[in-house]
Amino acid sequence: MQVGIDLGSRTIKTVALQGGALLQRRVVESGFEPHRQALQMLGEHPRARVVATGYGRHLMQQHAKLDIITEIKAHALGARHLFPTCRAILDVGGQDSKVIQLSESGRIVNFQMNDKCAAGTGRFLEMMAVSLGYDMKQFGLAAAEAQGCTAINSMCAVFAESEVVSLKNRGVPPGDIARSVHLAVASRLAAMVQKTCECQHLVFTGGVANNKTLVAMLEKALGVPILVPEDPSVTGALGAALHAGSS
Amino acid sequence: MNDAFQVHSDPELWEKLGMDVARFSGMPAMLTNAYKNIFLSQHNRPSKMAYFDDMVANIHTGRIREIYDAKQGGKPVVGTFCVYVPEELVVAAGGICIGLCGGAQGSIADAEKILPRNICPMVKSAFGFKVGKICPYFQVVDLVYGETTCDAKKKTWELLDRYVPTHVMEIPQMKRERDKRLWLDEVKDFKAAVERITDTVADFDAVSAGIKTINAKRFALQRLNSLRHHNPSPISGRDMLLIEQIAFYDEPVRFAQKVHELCDELEQRISSGDAVAPTSTPRIMVSGTPMALPNWKLHYIIESAGAIVVNEESCIGTRYYKDLIDEGSTDLDQQLERLTERYMKIDCSCFTPNDDRMAQVLKEYEASGAEGIIDYCLQFCHTYNIEAVKLREMCEARGIPFMSIETDYSPDDMGQLQTRVEAFLEQIRG
Repeated sequence: MQVGIDLGSRTIKTVALQGGALLQRRVVESGFEPHRQALQMLGEHPRARVVATGYGRHLMQQHAKLDIITEIKAHALGARHLFPTCRAILDVGGQDSKVIQLSESGRIVNFQMNDKCAAGTGRFLEMMAVSLGYDMKQFGLAAAEAQGCTAINSMCAVFAESEVVSLKNRGVPPGDIARSVHLAVASRLAAMVQKTCECQHLVFTGGVANNKTLVAMLEKALGVPILVPEDPSVTGALGAALHAGSS
Repeated sequence: MNDAFQVHSDPELWEKLGMDVARFSGMPAMLTNAYKNIFLSQHNRPSKMAYFDDMVANIHTGRIREIYDAKQGGKPVVGTFCVYVPEELVVAAGGICIGLCGGAQGSIADAEKILPRNICPMVKSAFGFKVGKICPYFQVVDLVYGETTCDAKKKTWELLDRYVPTHVMEIPQMKRERDKRLWLDEVKDFKAAVERITDTVADFDAVSAGIKTINAKRFALQRLNSLRHHNPSPISGRDMLLIEQIAFYDEPVRFAQKVHELCDELEQRISSGDAVAPTSTPRIMVSGTPMALPNWKLHYIIESAGAIVVNEESCIGTRYYKDLIDEGSTDLDQQLERLTERYMKIDCSCFTPNDDRMAQVLKEYEASGAEGIIDYCLQFCHTYNIEAVKLREMCEARGIPFMSIETDYSPDDMGQLQTRVEAFLEQIRG
């Protein structure tokens, strides 16, 4: 059995594979002591070969005997497994967003990752949702249903929050603001993709790909089809599990 | 060695220099710690690194005492921030030239009390060191000579002049004939300004000696860098970076001699196959903005991830020592012309166009046997940041793995940088 574990900034994901077939996948909150949470999850598969990825990968290596790969490689492996011809991947997680360009054979040839800045990440969307009083699901729905739109100029998480507050206080409906935030993020992500590679279609992974409104806006901005895995948040864990099988 | 190492303190000397002694007193212990972790934890270092370890141990004491005593003996001290300011002429006029670029997060808050936050961390760090009185080198200089290579610098000099006499040398931003004439005039003005404070006139022989001294220092670094390019590497990237940093504050003649001693050891190491990393280690070249002491962040991340840095295409790196001044001049005018010609070969991104740099990066990439380039850009350094676009295009056209990063001195993006560097190494390994 092979297990991939992805210790992200917000959640921990595991994927267990048996003979190449999916056995189990789980997503839990990281909590304050992510390695304890992770060890508990791994405890269910005592004899598995394990590969860790994500922000907590080095931490895990201090507590368990396992190999590590970066999130970039993990998402590339996972996405390629689900979509064997894909050449471009966008992964947007809690803390960062990345664009990965693959060669025809699936080798990573280029990647971009946001610098020290939370704009265009899951965390940014969460902050915006909280300041508008939505949970994440409502946030996406409200954005999809809104008719109006206003420009969000600031892409800095801190400044954008004050911008949202001032829009609220000008009487702009929260749905319109939600829509604007989504459009701003979609346009930023589109620019990041276009800066990295030209693609026929894009695989969108990470928890943020669950947001259908954002996916639709991004598809429109890029003008290419976007493919989202059934559970986009476990793509990295899947890639790590696949790597455990190959190493 | 590891346990015995300590960055020394000399509160009495610091007091004389007008430093904020209470605040500075914690610095040596911090630096001791960082140095032990980053440098002394390495395995199989060349034994001749001991001199450079000692230069770090004495960074705030022994070397400062030496400069202070020389100053009392009539040798004025000139501080600079850029490889365009000709130190040959300071040496020729009987002065001491010290590079003052700041590479520490600790002084940024001091700077931000006055300067805007969204400017280059190097400028903020340097300015903060002076404002906070927490850099013995800044305290020991008689005057500083700034230049106009970037907007943040040239406007900061106006403010810095309130704390220490600050002269500014205009560096043109194009390399046409008329720019060359301007530059030569600036060099002459610089010479006159230095002569005023040393109260001497640097004649042909003095300039000749100054050129020889600094040429010898740069030549020693050239020799070291070419030995370092050997695969497997006889010396780590971070040790090389450290030496390149020390080049800016050590006494030039002794420094060159010590670098040659290290080179001799590296030659022996190479012939006996003694290396710091096996040939299978991914070899990374770093290009871009300078890393001033004690900025070891990127090298530490790269080498901790299992790669080795094999070249620094940087001001604190090859840009400082790749060119020498022709020593065949027959009169003073010719000396200054040749000196200016040498300085014009420096390929800072403040110039437009700057295509020579593209060719230089490629040349160093090939010479160093690197397998990928990480371009390092200090936050808000617009010229290097934009030039990275052209570097990327050049690398992509040749199939050279390339990654550009933008960062500052704070540790808060260590995790992200680590991920990016590791992913880059995965990309290289395939």
